[in-house]
Amino acid sequence: MTATMNPNPSRIQVRPATERDGRRDYISIRDYGFWYGQKQALEGISLDIPERQVVAFIGPSGCGKSTLLRNLNRMNDLVDGIRHVGDITIKGRSIYDPGLEVISLRRRVGMVFQKSNPFPKSIYENVVFALRVMGVRDRSILDEACETSLRKAALWDEVKDRLQDSALGLSGGQMQRLCIARAIANRPEILLMDEPCSALDPIATGKIEELIHELKEQFTIVIVTHSMQQAARVSDRTAFFYLGKQIEYDTTEKIFMNPSQAQTEAYISGRFG
Amino acid sequence: MSSPSSDSSTPRGEAWVWFTGLGLIVGLGMVIGLLALVVLNGISVFWAPPVPVVQVDDGRTIIGQLAQRRIRPGSLASDPRYELQFQVGLRELNGNSYLWVDEAKLKGEVFPADILGLERVENGPAFLRPLTLKRADGQEVPVTSPAFSESFQQEVAAAGATREKLVELTRHRIGDVNSEMEAARIALRRAEDRGQADEVAEQRKLIATLEARFADLRTEAQGVAQRGEVAKLLGRDAAGREVTVPLSQIVRGWFPNQLDTWGRVRLFFSRLHEFIFDEPREANTEGGLMPAIFGTLVMTVFMSLLVTPFGVITAIYLREYAQQGPILRIVRISVNNLAGVPSIVFGVFGLGFFVYVLGGSIDQLFFSDQLKYNNNTPVFGTGGLLWCSLTLALMTLPVVIVATEEALAAVPRGMREASLAAGASKWQTIREILLPASAPGILTGVILAMARGAGEVAPLMLVGVVKLAPTLPVDAVAPFLHLDRKFMHLGFHVYDLGFQSPDSDAARPMVFATTLLLIILVVCLNLGAIWVRNRLRARFKGASF
Ligand SMILES: Nc1ncnc2c1ncn2[C@@H]1O[C@H](COP(=O)(O)OP(=O)(O)OP(=O)(O)O)[C@@H](O)[C@H]1O
Ligand SMILES: [Mg+2]
Repeated sequence: MTATMNPNPSRIQVRPATERDGRRDYISIRDYGFWYGQKQALEGISLDIPERQVVAFIGPSGCGKSTLLRNLNRMNDLVDGIRHVGDITIKGRSIYDPGLEVISLRRRVGMVFQKSNPFPKSIYENVVFALRVMGVRDRSILDEACETSLRKAALWDEVKDRLQDSALGLSGGQMQRLCIARAIANRPEILLMDEPCSALDPIATGKIEELIHELKEQFTIVIVTHSMQQAARVSDRTAFFYLGKQIEYDTTEKIFMNPSQAQTEAYISGRFG
Repeated sequence: MSSPSSDSSTPRGEAWVWFTGLGLIVGLGMVIGLLALVVLNGISVFWAPPVPVVQVDDGRTIIGQLAQRRIRPGSLASDPRYELQFQVGLRELNGNSYLWVDEAKLKGEVFPADILGLERVENGPAFLRPLTLKRADGQEVPVTSPAFSESFQQEVAAAGATREKLVELTRHRIGDVNSEMEAARIALRRAEDRGQADEVAEQRKLIATLEARFADLRTEAQGVAQRGEVAKLLGRDAAGREVTVPLSQIVRGWFPNQLDTWGRVRLFFSRLHEFIFDEPREANTEGGLMPAIFGTLVMTVFMSLLVTPFGVITAIYLREYAQQGPILRIVRISVNNLAGVPSIVFGVFGLGFFVYVLGGSIDQLFFSDQLKYNNNTPVFGTGGLLWCSLTLALMTLPVVIVATEEALAAVPRGMREASLAAGASKWQTIREILLPASAPGILTGVILAMARGAGEVAPLMLVGVVKLAPTLPVDAVAPFLHLDRKFMHLGFHVYDLGFQSPDSDAARPMVFATTLLLIILVVCLNLGAIWVRNRLRARFKGASF
């Protein structure tokens, strides 16, 4: 119990990316630029995200981390007057391919938001929501998906006796883990996390970081974070953005130990941002 | 560091608290005053006070129940003189049930125990001093006999049973025969028109048997009525004239000066029960309001059932699907302005479009036989429950639309995004997340719509509410809910009693009682909807809306 609540820093270490197999350009962003109306939010982004690795986006507030993340599952389509140049591909297929339905893209790319946003439904219904909207009616499949995702989100033991209670009765940290369980219930390939721990205490944060480590075995994870320590602890690769531009993208080890850009170094060492 | 400016601003704030509080007090005062007026006047209708025998200066003697006391018109404000209004009843003798008497001219009043109050089927109430009761079995019971009171009440009960039997006979059985006859006549005319000889013969035969049955029932009814005429009550009025009241005319009798409090309370509830559960008589100034209560209820519920889906669907389109822009803004402004259109305009529209155009076309399409062979009597081409509900639904549509739009907009963006990010389509998001989350807000709109619809009168007069409807809009005859029928409505009832009644003095207390009932009905409907809303809210407790 204490081990999970206080993750031992030595146990969570940066592992070299080369150890892990899988495609190196699983998600590939090429010369990507993005505008909200007249305002350019991203410019000239090019980076490859390898399969089953954790990539962290860091950078000062307003630099476009969320924007890029939300473009990976096209959540920004909800905003009026958006425009982009360049391309994003997942397994070689453009997400802007007219033949690709946004809905099927979003089923493959799960998302966890900064502010936990459970539905006003029971815990159970929250977790199986994605399966329900896919048309799964089979009770046994739903039950199983509910249990496995809650277990993966390290929430099962806390809620297994009250699955039918409202999700709004959970604590903030539990809600966030519920949102993670909800995002992984339909087994997406990619998990996007936008500052998932910003509203949590260190213990809940630790749990979620552990979780990310476990999820990495199955999912490719992109995480936005403001905490350098967190980026260092959980990610394999790190991208640093500044004013909508990608300044540096490399293995986390390299970024934190030996950044090639002066701006990166300044940001990491806390001299601006 | 408390600066002088913050010190000087404190009293100013206090003044505003008092000022705004004053607004609340004025508002509350008006509401409470109105309610108290309606409740007191409405409830006093059913209370039976002692009835005096009054001697007046000019030699008149009056037996009557005090109805009201007011300042004499034209008397000085510094030295007000009052006059009293007595309900004396016996309209057929006195010409009027109510009398005004100058208070200064009263010589004295006594409360003799033998005064009898009567509620009658016709000609309103009566107050008299009974002499003898002629019972149905021919026996005569003088008022001096100790058995008088008991046998009088027995005879009243027997007469009531007879009346009920007569209603059953005339209204239901003869009514059934009548409607069968109607159908047969239509079938006959149709058959004649088409030259189907055997069908004609069959319908003729059917009509003949129906006519025979009709005649039988009529004689039976007449027999019952005649037997009921035997029992009579003989008495004297205040002036000493002899009065004979057949017991078949008496609905209820009571000795106002003999009753104890418990007896008065029982009489009160008996009258209240009649008021709520019985049908009206005497041009609606007496009896009950059951048909009007029922009509109002059915119409309001049906209207809510119509307006809710329309309003919600429209709001979903406006908020979720429509391209936000100047055109949508114009549409929104128009919808909001629709709420400000006087209700009578909706009535005119309902009459012109729903009744004549829609109803007329329905009749042409589906009831052409009915029109052709039944002297062009329209079915849907005239006012009715459906058109009333539709008109009010249209009138209250903006309320529901605006409430729904606001409720949808108030659903946190995160919830919407979470649903879409989970791979739900737009419609799934609306159905699974947005609608349940905004249900309380939508219900608030429906509550407002119901409150407005239930109290509305003006448009209904044009599209299907009547003073007296022979049948209820819902009954045991298929198809059970009769959308084409005209019906009675409490709001219209108030208007009709207050302004159209031949005997305004008799109608006045009923206006208050009916108003009270209408208010109670609207409050009950709202409480029901609020209860549903709170249950929904409880399910979303803790959510940030
Ligand atoms: N819906 C929007 N419409 C217009 N401009 C937007 C919108 N969302 C974000 N922006 C702008 O785009 C830029 C990048 O925003 P973004 O949310 O991606 O920043 P961020 O890096 O996630 O910042 P933070 O760390 O504070 O979350 C900002 O300047 C912001 O003002
Ligand atoms: Mg952000």
